[in-house]
Amino acid sequence: MSLLSRKAICNTHGQDSSYFLGWQEYEKNPFDEVQNPNGIIQMGLAENQLSFDLLESWLANNPDVAGFKRDGNSIFRELALFQDYHGLPSFKKALVEFMAEIRGNRVTFDPSRIVLTAGATSANETLMFCLAEAGEAFLLPTPYYPGFDRDLKWRTGAEIVPIHCTSSNGFRITASALEEAYQEAEKRNLRVKGVLVTNPSNPLGTTMTRSELNLLIKFITAKNIHLISDEIYSGTVFNSPGFVSVMEVLKDGDYDKTEVWNRVHIVYSLSKDLGLPGFRVGAIYSNDDMVVAAATKMSSFGLVSSQTQYLLSALLSDKKFTKNYISENQKRLRKRQRMLVMGLGKAGISWLESNNAGLFCWVDMRHLLHSNTFEEEMELWKKIVYDVGLNISPGSSCHCTEPGWFRVCFANMSEATLNLAMQRLKNFVVEYSTANGHKRLHHSPKNSKKKSLTQWVFRLSSRDRDRESDR
Amino acid sequence: MKMLSRKASCDSHGQDSSYFLGWQEYEKNPYHEVQNPNGIIQMGLAENQLSFDLLESWLASNSDVLGLKRNGRSVFRELALFQDYHGFPAFKNELVEFMAKLRGYKVAFDPNKLVLMAGSTSANEILMFCLAEPGEAFLLPTPYYPGFDRDLKWRTGVEIVPIHCSSSNDFRITASALEEAYQRAQKLNLIVKGVLVTNPSNPLGSTMNRDELNHLIDFAIKKEVHIISDEIYSGTVFDSPSFISITEAVMEKHVDHETDLLDRIHIVYSLSKDLGLPGFRVGMIYSNNETVVAAATKMSSFGLVSSQTQFLLSNMLSDKKFTSKYIKENQRRLKKRKDMLVSGLRSAGIGCAKSNAGLFCWVDMRYLLRSDTFEAEKELWKRIIFEVGLNISPGSSCHCSEPGWFRVCFANMSQETLKVAIRRIEAFAESSSTASGKENLSHQRSVRSSRRSLSKWVFPISSYDDHEPADR
Repeated sequence: MSLLSRKAICNTHGQDSSYFLGWQEYEKNPFDEVQNPNGIIQMGLAENQLSFDLLESWLANNPDVAGFKRDGNSIFRELALFQDYHGLPSFKKALVEFMAEIRGNRVTFDPSRIVLTAGATSANETLMFCLAEAGEAFLLPTPYYPGFDRDLKWRTGAEIVPIHCTSSNGFRITASALEEAYQEAEKRNLRVKGVLVTNPSNPLGTTMTRSELNLLIKFITAKNIHLISDEIYSGTVFNSPGFVSVMEVLKDGDYDKTEVWNRVHIVYSLSKDLGLPGFRVGAIYSNDDMVVAAATKMSSFGLVSSQTQYLLSALLSDKKFTKNYISENQKRLRKRQRMLVMGLGKAGISWLESNNAGLFCWVDMRHLLHSNTFEEEMELWKKIVYDVGLNISPGSSCHCTEPGWFRVCFANMSEATLNLAMQRLKNFVVEYSTANGHKRLHHSPKNSKKKSLTQWVFRLSSRDRDRESDR
Repeated sequence: MKMLSRKASCDSHGQDSSYFLGWQEYEKNPYHEVQNPNGIIQMGLAENQLSFDLLESWLASNSDVLGLKRNGRSVFRELALFQDYHGFPAFKNELVEFMAKLRGYKVAFDPNKLVLMAGSTSANEILMFCLAEPGEAFLLPTPYYPGFDRDLKWRTGVEIVPIHCSSSNDFRITASALEEAYQRAQKLNLIVKGVLVTNPSNPLGSTMNRDELNHLIDFAIKKEVHIISDEIYSGTVFDSPSFISITEAVMEKHVDHETDLLDRIHIVYSLSKDLGLPGFRVGMIYSNNETVVAAATKMSSFGLVSSQTQFLLSNMLSDKKFTSKYIKENQRRLKKRKDMLVSGLRSAGIGCAKSNAGLFCWVDMRYLLRSDTFEAEKELWKRIIFEVGLNISPGSSCHCSEPGWFRVCFANMSQETLKVAIRRIEAFAESSSTASGKENLSHQRSVRSSRRSLSKWVFPISSYDDHEPADR
């Protein structure tokens, strides 16, 4: 008899162990403007660090809230005891209003249909438990967030079947790609229960078009399956076209009278828009009563701290604050993205130009590959980690079908650091293209030695490494 | 094709829906000293409300921590970004120290073996995912916390097989009961992966004695299974005998291949009962098994503790003067309350199991049953809700094998309210003993005295959404 479960032993939370090389190297040699200017710059972390000052100033003006006070009275006891999985009503109300505000109030949400969970990680897993049996499948467009391999599959036993998207059309989802993925699932004897999309997309950093959304709705209607729209980045849309939520398309198409209305579920979180991943605030929104009821009970396994619910209910209820925050945050994201892409341009590197959202850019380094293979992509990636000193995310870790694409984050560092990163990249490309194929660039004395692949992989497989923040 | 999973549609998180009648009735008619003095008093909620003033006074003297400041500097950004599933190091250090303190420093814990997650509800489920495949089983001594039927089984597919304990020996776990449960599991073709005990026990309110612990350890060695010891109430031990943690018991037993055994022992803890902070969602798993720690750490991603909360509590627990004072004073208050309830029950002619821990008493109302059946227990329970106006937990909801036992909480109300509850019980017991068996009891209160038929109750409850976590 096996002592532990298969889940515990094989630890197949689906992450590619070589992916964490970058993390490991960064941890060993993290860049610091003053203390370690030659260290590795972290660009693999989709965190929003641009607008903390706005949050800090609100907190400074509202000290009572963090102090467990409401109207001068202590509500500590009430919060200490509050573990109702229906969630703090004032928080749910403020949250759905915030979600509506992000969508330009073109859609509104009913607070009784929102379920709070400790992060979107929990929300996505919970939806899998509600919508699929072990062995059933969800279709996901590639490239997608590497964490889904764990979040959606590990403990649920659900399967992911990719919907292949390519650069030929800006990685847009097509009807044929959807159909092909469905057929692929059938071939593998997997029953498809739904499609999960991230909109705006991680790692593409683009909003889905109305036609993509309509396509999806048509597809799930025809196949009688669910659609999960992970809208965790909805507040980070910094350029046109604006964000169109699937809810908006359903509303515009009068779908609320139809069956498919109950099969569309939204996931949200405050980790990206507000930059608060540490506070663990996620949510599921569903029009299906049974899903709301089941997810509510399941949220017992990951409730949001009442201390945090209270703080954020006050923050989000301050409409003056939220209005200003949303627009200022987007402005700053836009500025940063522009800085990044200008830097990329100077280095002769192109990117997915439809990039209008998210905390990252989907960068095209195919021209720097010696051959159009994933092995080459990994070689290039290692060069970038070791020789250039940037930890960026290789497309293969996101299940991209084409080698050579990388996700590069821009919102988790200072402007100066971003500029430095772009300078390093430019130098690398210049040297790289003027040199013969295998010439190495010695960037820093600390990490100039390139290690053999086997050594890396050996050390990695024995190192436990995963970071929530990979998202 | 089925739209939703079986887990979502059949809603089989294993709870007896009639159990929530009490909740429903309480919500409709909650007692309030001033506004609704005839309402139903909530005695089914294992919450610790006795020592909030101590926490509040600490908070008042440490407002910086609330304001997310350390040494005058804001740590807001650091906390906002902190989502490392290895947990806030300072917090884990303080927790293992706190846990050691609660055990009289007879054992020491390594913070690297501690995994944090949002509540012990999450901790228990994670351990199931780590230790058992769907269809495998854990043995649990009865009576046990009703929430386990959901927490351990629902999404994991794991089965629970009860270890029957009876009042004949104060509900202690015996070697034969363990063996009998194991045999029963085998007959059901279930592979037993371990035993889960709650120590101190919910609903019994008593700490496990050395004999029990030794039986458990012998059993785990013989069958090569795991032991999960849910020690969520370890800080609520207010009387002798003192608390013996599973770790201590193993050490003292000097077993062969101790390391092998320790690899199969896992402790669950939480701050919901000792500190009375269920809303903050702080639970944890402690294990010597590296693979379990590694897997549980990754699984905690599905329910991490808010960094804001980790920061607050790491500061609070680092104040050793405060924690010493708190532990002692909290236990003193719990004992006082328990003594109040016990003597009140005694004067009503009602006895309870001997207890030295927890936030409740395990009350013996067998003699008030019309017959020695669970139907009679349910009848009595409804009378207590509707005629006496107390929401208490019937033993059947805890899978007790003997009808007539009830869990009655004493730490979730004011002293005055407890006195009112006791007076009501006294009045009820008096009328019960002066009336003949089947006679309807007339009572002093003016609220709903009419008895509803069973079918009417059962119907509305199946549509009622429960209040899960607070039941513990």
